[in-house]
Amino acid sequence: MEILKSAAAGTLESSDAMVTVEPGDGGIELELSSSVMNQYGRQIKATVLETLDRLQVSNVRITVVDKGALDCTIKARVECAVYRSCDASSANIPWGGAVR
Amino acid sequence: MIRRPKPERFRLRRTMMFMNAQKPGLIKDAYIYGCDSIMLDLEDAVAENQKDSARFSLYHALTTIDYGSTEVIVRINGLDTPHWQEDIRVCVAGGADGIRIAKCESAKDVHTVEAAVEAAEKEFGVEVGRTLLMAALESPKGILNAYEICSASDRMFGVAISGGDFRKCMQTTFQPDGVDMLAARGQMLLAARAAGIQCFDTVFTDLDNEEGFKAEVLQNKAMGFDGKSLINPKQIRLVHEVFAPTEKEVKQAEAIVRAYKEQSAAGVGVFTVNGKMIDIAFIPGAERTLRLAKACGMYEGDLV
Repeated sequence: MEILKSAAAGTLESSDAMVTVEPGDGGIELELSSSVMNQYGRQIKATVLETLDRLQVSNVRITVVDKGALDCTIKARVECAVYRSCDASSANIPWGGAVR
Repeated sequence: MIRRPKPERFRLRRTMMFMNAQKPGLIKDAYIYGCDSIMLDLEDAVAENQKDSARFSLYHALTTIDYGSTEVIVRINGLDTPHWQEDIRVCVAGGADGIRIAKCESAKDVHTVEAAVEAAEKEFGVEVGRTLLMAALESPKGILNAYEICSASDRMFGVAISGGDFRKCMQTTFQPDGVDMLAARGQMLLAARAAGIQCFDTVFTDLDNEEGFKAEVLQNKAMGFDGKSLINPKQIRLVHEVFAPTEKEVKQAEAIVRAYKEQSAAGVGVFTVNGKMIDIAFIPGAERTLRLAKACGMYEGDLV
């Protein structure tokens, strides 16, 4: 998917994450801050990159502010932000396909 | 991915707790509270501009979190919104046990949802007929059409009244004795029983009014409801206590079922147990008491 415009999903509440995507400069640029960076930073990063890979996003600047979210929440927020950036978040989501 | 077992159309549903599907902090461990069902909400709890986000959150909760034996129902947006079709797709794809139809007013509404559910089951390779339905009646028209709604589909397991919207339509407010919704509750119970499905009462929203909550739950039980919708885990225990049978009721039910098995084997149709006349009409009620007792940990026998 092509990131067409800046979009965000999620909140800064506990157990959640705020994810922002913007059009990139030719690659994936990830900025991550987390309340549990030392324990889970690497895992969160891997989850974000895997999710982008499944959505075939290769050109994006993505910012993740994590407040102790589970993996499944990180995925949900990244996917929603990406689909929002393409104005495609409201219908015909490939549940169980690229979104899984 | 979590694959939930095939949902049971008729199971114990004393407590059904509402939870905002958009809030990860709430839904990640909702099974620990011990309610019979959780109701993940895509409707009123989710702001209009977060409907899309709530679905992503719901999908991953349904496919990642093991809710165990807690039933997982999703409340979808009304048929007058642009959201309900995608809501149904995500519920079916994620393997929710059932869908609650908001603001249901006719059998046609049930059929509309049923058709979309079946289409989604085919799209996502889910067994056709797996996804159960229940309807929320929120208007006078819904109450007047309760029987056609209750009997509209083999997927329907129950019907619930939604007090907030209903009271508004009726130009009334909450009354401690329940007179504001007495006729509606009665009509809905009649319809549900006539159609052979379950019936659930509305939420009690004043969390600080414990006496009022208790009075309402006692009235629910006396009227014959199967259970109640809840908004807070602290409401669960009282409902389970009130809906549990008494020890005397369990003993009597056990004696009735046991005697019935012996007597009918001997060719006897009507007999007495502890001085009371018993025939086949008493058996379903006694068996229901024993099933309830089993769920409450009060009965360990093998009669049910």
